[in-house]
Amino acid sequence: MADALPAMPPARRGTMSRLFRSHPTEMWLTLLLLMLCGFLSLTTEQFFTWVNAFDLLNTSAVDIIFAVGLLVVLISGGIDISFAVAASVVQYVTAVLLGYLGGGNWLVGLLLAGSVGIGLGAVNAALIHYFRIISIVVTIATFNVFFGLLMFFTRGRSIYTLPDWWVRRVILLEHQSADGIWAELRLPVLVMTLCVLATYILIRHTTIGRQLYAFGDNPEGARRVGIDTAAMQFIAFGWLGLMAGIGGLVQVHYAQEVVPNALYGRELFVLAAVVLGGARLGGGRGSVAGCVLGVLLIAVTRNGLNLLGISPYAFQMIVGAIILLAITLSNAPLARLWGRRA
Amino acid sequence: MSGVLARLRHRLGDEALGLMLALVAVVAVFGTLSPRFLSVANFSSMAFQLPELGLLTLAMLMPIISGGLNLAVTFTANIAGLALAWVLQGLGGAEAGVVVFLLGVGLALLAGGLSGCAMGMVIAYTGAHPILVSLSMMIFLRGLGEFLTRGGDISGFPDFIHPIGHGAWLGVPVPLWIFLGAVLVWHLLLSRRRLGFITYMVGSNIEATRYSGVHTRRSLVWIYTLSGLMCAVAGIIMLARFNSVRVGHGESYLLITVLACFLGGVNPFGGFGRVSQVFLALVILQLLSSGLNLLGANQHLATAVWGLLLIVVVVLRWLARHESLARLFGR
Repeated sequence: MADALPAMPPARRGTMSRLFRSHPTEMWLTLLLLMLCGFLSLTTEQFFTWVNAFDLLNTSAVDIIFAVGLLVVLISGGIDISFAVAASVVQYVTAVLLGYLGGGNWLVGLLLAGSVGIGLGAVNAALIHYFRIISIVVTIATFNVFFGLLMFFTRGRSIYTLPDWWVRRVILLEHQSADGIWAELRLPVLVMTLCVLATYILIRHTTIGRQLYAFGDNPEGARRVGIDTAAMQFIAFGWLGLMAGIGGLVQVHYAQEVVPNALYGRELFVLAAVVLGGARLGGGRGSVAGCVLGVLLIAVTRNGLNLLGISPYAFQMIVGAIILLAITLSNAPLARLWGRRA
Repeated sequence: MSGVLARLRHRLGDEALGLMLALVAVVAVFGTLSPRFLSVANFSSMAFQLPELGLLTLAMLMPIISGGLNLAVTFTANIAGLALAWVLQGLGGAEAGVVVFLLGVGLALLAGGLSGCAMGMVIAYTGAHPILVSLSMMIFLRGLGEFLTRGGDISGFPDFIHPIGHGAWLGVPVPLWIFLGAVLVWHLLLSRRRLGFITYMVGSNIEATRYSGVHTRRSLVWIYTLSGLMCAVAGIIMLARFNSVRVGHGESYLLITVLACFLGGVNPFGGFGRVSQVFLALVILQLLSSGLNLLGANQHLATAVWGLLLIVVVVLRWLARHESLARLFGR
């Protein structure tokens, strides 16, 4: 992380305590997640099974891909409201172009989706950088432009005929449990893992990553030490665009259809999960681990409520209450007992 | 002509003048393109549509000026509408009396105020980011509403509610009267009252405000409570307009309210922004969507045009800040 640890008298501390000091948000989330999993394993029969664990990963894949993309933008000090509808635009454009190309293959699909996604991200970055407009204003405007134009040109029609390679189920790993049900780990999980790894390498193991943290923490300071601020905006929003494109592809693979408003409203959910995972609105802070934990915590909560037989209508309410509680706790004086503010 | 413009600019300021010119331009363009644009019927339908978005935008405005955001506005309005619907349903349904209605309105305001108050408390006393707090409040309220209504809608209200959404008084629609009243209250509150002044100060520099002896935490709680109350008013109007309550009504307005505030020149970081300019921005948005509608486009195209308009306006503001261009226009 960009900021140094506070000077502390050398004392005998355990590994846990040190981890709690250096990564408070991640540790709290892990603890919370473990407690939740423990509770659900004891109270429900299905939670601690391969089927359920694999299903959780299969269904969270798209959100995690979006989340790590958004993380990079948040670290660089921006915010993006438009990425989910941008992903819808990518889906539609890719589906239509693939139709012209006679189906193509996964490489063509990935190239198309990636470049359209990066292009839409670059629109945001260009407006932000060249006209010095702050990112929330730009992305709220482009949110409306992207979604309005998409709905206008498609008239809200869905596409159901898609190339075979796009919608064919690919099973990575399967496991038959004692009662004969097959647990399947599917392609989205592989794509998600690659995206998470790539983002981790980008922000933790490259100079660009260090520069993104520095730029997010203090843009003017970063500029004065010679960091190319235009490059930072284009890399951050381009990366999110790429992730939005890939996430869009995966979502279609999962849903087997292109629905223009399928991802509408997803942006705020992903934002909540990423910030829950310790990324700071305002830049300079956030980690891939926290981000993945944030999404998983919400996914496991939902899954648990389902298994506990609670009415689906109550899900959102409970999830909202839990996020609200988590924010309150992680910002309350309680968190300061563990050292730095989370 | 230039003398008149200069005097107008002096009186109104650059921002308001720019918005006025934009408004005139929109009216002129659509007036020439569509003969029905400058008709009483069109203005009347606009006057009925404007208040819903307008009231929600006012609810969004105060938190933005204070340097925050309230993403829960639409669902707070839904919950307030539900509170009113619940009272009406429970105490007579379509036969409910005026007293029951007033009781319901009171409860709706209480619901809106309470959800705002809760948000304000979390924001003020934990220092969590308003976007995050209001976002989780939004998810919670939507869930609460869906849980209570099971995703359906509630209807069957007494007849005397109808005029609140569809009636007119002195030729002006009742919802518009209510909206204009709310605009006036917000304007006076922000420009004449202590809390309004503190709202601007908190948005500019919350620490400096705190050091100058203002109880900033209490002020923040008030700001979000008032925002919640304004949402409740919007919820009541929406109930009367649609003659039903459904969680998700007006959901698409959420980001439009933010757009309207930014279009009206409110500083996204807080500290600056005027009710009058936001009102102008709202009128422009409504004119655009009605005009496009008359030309045969749908609401989706209007949404895209709104987004483009915001981009154009902020780019123009950026140009206006650049001295070389300013000199060109003889400042």
